Amino acid sequence: MSQIKPLKSTIGKKVIMAVSGILLMLFLIAHLAGNLTLFVSADTFNAYAHKLESLGPLLYVAEAGLLAVFLFHIIAAFQTYAEKRRARPDAYAVSASKKGPSKMTVASKSMIYTGIILLLFIPAHIWMFKFNAGTPHPTTELDGQEVKDIYTTVVNAFANPAVAFGYAGVMFLLGLHLRHGFWSALQSLGAMCPKWSPLIYAAGLLFALALAGGFFILPLYFYFCGAGSCAVSGGAL
Amino acid sequence: MKFNLKIWRQEGPTLPGRFADYTVDNIIPEMSFLEMLDALNEDLIKKGEEPVAFDSDCREGICGTCGLVIDGLAHGPKLACTTCEVRMRVFEDGCTITVEPFRAKAFPVIKDLVVDRTAFDRIIAKGGYVSENTGSAPDGNAIPVSKDIAEAAMDSAACIGCGACVAACPNASASLFVSAKISQFALLPQGHAERKSRATNMVGQMDDEGFGHCSNHAECEAACPKGISIENIARMRREYLKAI
Repeated sequence: MSQIKPLKSTIGKKVIMAVSGILLMLFLIAHLAGNLTLFVSADTFNAYAHKLESLGPLLYVAEAGLLAVFLFHIIAAFQTYAEKRRARPDAYAVSASKKGPSKMTVASKSMIYTGIILLLFIPAHIWMFKFNAGTPHPTTELDGQEVKDIYTTVVNAFANPAVAFGYAGVMFLLGLHLRHGFWSALQSLGAMCPKWSPLIYAAGLLFALALAGGFFILPLYFYFCGAGSCAVSGGAL
Repeated sequence: MKFNLKIWRQEGPTLPGRFADYTVDNIIPEMSFLEMLDALNEDLIKKGEEPVAFDSDCREGICGTCGLVIDGLAHGPKLACTTCEVRMRVFEDGCTITVEPFRAKAFPVIKDLVVDRTAFDRIIAKGGYVSENTGSAPDGNAIPVSKDIAEAAMDSAACIGCGACVAACPNASASLFVSAKISQFALLPQGHAERKSRATNMVGQMDDEGFGHCSNHAECEAACPKGISIENIARMRREYLKAI
């Protein structure tokens, strides 16, 4: 068999989707862990952001890698969707689920849509927080050094109800995406057996709740609690 | 019992289809779904109309010939049940039932509710058998196979190739069928010699036939009249990844 053909097979494409998906989930875990320092204090978060930025060229390599993983995931997703449309050109007049062992849910059926919304969300998200919507970040002093005060950028952004609730809404959709994505990735890699399947399926729900829940709470926390009242005074959570 | 039926009518593979409305009366609750359609067809023939074409053979749930999508569900509302074994008592008296053929590009409609499932035969022809000489029947226990493995192989071999997995899958994927056929051999020693070529060839043919990707909805497992588990799909992927 040639080296390329297996990757083009239906199984190969789902392997690409699964491996890239798992890498993106690992990224999300790291991203959330970093974001949770927002709850600790402004200095902790700014120190974390500063540390990331001072990685220099290493950060660019990581960003390029992340972009590549995203592209693999997105291309495989659109190919799968196109294939699905081709495989059933005439839709059923009535569609339903037989329930029982079926895992067809709103989450599994809407992967392409939640994915597209996340795809539109990410550039806006980067523009808002990495580039502070095109203006320089405010600065603050940390250990005698002038660093970007991204904490204030975050606080200011989430003071706007449209941003805070918009973010929370997209994070809910991320939760749906992960609810199907987590276990589906493992099933696509063949890493399921009858003994473990129910446990892994349940773990997928916990993973989605924990990860999307963490990202979901952040904007709402800053909208309702603001910066001064809870976070800076040592963290209410 | 009385039922209103919305049935897909299509005169030929290339002709456009449409839903036609019928009413059947005096249906006994113990009648199977196909017997109800027989009653409808008798009425239609008496009236000089073209009867509804549908597939059936054994009418006891073992041959895999029948297969209709009833109210959006392949083989109707009951789990682990073929269309021929669905009894009319599971429907509410006087309700409207929509009957469609299995819909997939790889299963073109021949007429009305009859689809061409020879794509499955072409997949089987690519490796759904053992062609190596495995000798005559061995003495009992000469080839040790544990009970767990034997049971799993039998569960996979229970597939009757009806195509409900394709019909129920939102992507029209044939993964459950192909994985069951690959699994029944991959689990037993007699199937090991050809396991690699079997996995790559059968998956290759599945793709060439135009079936979609498996996105792990597991709706196939719910639709399967033999309750075949998507565990087989995981095994097929392992077999394929080991073979390439």
